[in-house]
Amino acid sequence: MSGTAESRPGPPRILAAGHVAPDFSLNSTPDQRVALRDFLGRPVVLAFYPADWSPVCSDQMGLYAQVMPEFKKYHAEVLGISVDGIWSHLAFAKDRRLNFPLLSDFQPRGAVSRAYGAYDGERGESTRALFVIDAKGKIRWSELSPDGVNPGADGILSALEGLV
Amino acid sequence: MPETYTAPRLTLPVGERDHAEGAADAPMVLVEYGDYQCPYCGAAYPVVKRVQKELGASLRFVFRNFPLTNSHPQAEWAAETAEASAAQGKFWEMHDFLYENQRSMGDEAFFASHERKIALDAARIAREVAGHAYAPRIQEDFSSGVRSGVNGTPTFFIDGVRYDGPAEFEALVAALRAAPPRSHRSK
Repeated sequence: MSGTAESRPGPPRILAAGHVAPDFSLNSTPDQRVALRDFLGRPVVLAFYPADWSPVCSDQMGLYAQVMPEFKKYHAEVLGISVDGIWSHLAFAKDRRLNFPLLSDFQPRGAVSRAYGAYDGERGESTRALFVIDAKGKIRWSELSPDGVNPGADGILSALEGLV
Repeated sequence: MPETYTAPRLTLPVGERDHAEGAADAPMVLVEYGDYQCPYCGAAYPVVKRVQKELGASLRFVFRNFPLTNSHPQAEWAAETAEASAAQGKFWEMHDFLYENQRSMGDEAFFASHERKIALDAARIAREVAGHAYAPRIQEDFSSGVRSGVNGTPTFFIDGVRYDGPAEFEALVAALRAAPPRSHRSK
């Protein structure tokens, strides 16, 4: 991975539209890895988030599970990424009935989040950053949300619409 | 907070299709996207009632469905029950009753007995809910919410702009009073 945004002074900046999305390979289950390049040929939504088990009703990942039919209209794959361990992810995904993979950016901690400028080194967590990556692996839209605000899905859907 | 951050706006304007309390030409409009099984919506329910009482004829309140069925298995049933009651002219009676009896959610006999008590055709409601007659309308509410930046429940819009403050009486009243008066009136 190269071009990490974190080495710059000041708060990290997320990678903007126009950058090639840094490739990665992370575990989605104890024995399965998911790589970004696996999805070349269709759009990918990367949703970095601080932690599993945020309050139920405003949970961003639960919302995405329910909005999945709308994402699928654009043939988009959704990947959730946080520094939580894989066992936490599995329990969380089961509890919230998530229908997309959660990837564990656990070891080395936050390395992929850093590559996207989506890591808060002080708290040791990913920030709430969204990326829409096109079929050729280029970032076409990104957004960093305020800490306590669940960004919802409208920005993602507008970006996916823009790809068509 | 990113410099470019702007609160999302309502993409489906308030109109004829909506369940609304208060005059159509009221200067303030509050829209809630809610889920009948969500505890935070349950907590917001008496707050909204108080806000309505405080602002009286100046406020129009609109409720739209945003059932988060992944977390709340009874939320869709409840939304369909309220919509089926709306078809018989009693949306708000059922909306209120559902929020006032969140702990009985899923007890269909309990709700059916109330339906009969307020002179609703309970058999028709049961039939329409079983046939998901109002599921498309609820889906339309849900989609309009997703495209308007609804990210959980309850989500409020004041004068068409998402309100990100707390669902508390003083804060809501202050935000409603601070919003610019409506420039155009809905029918």
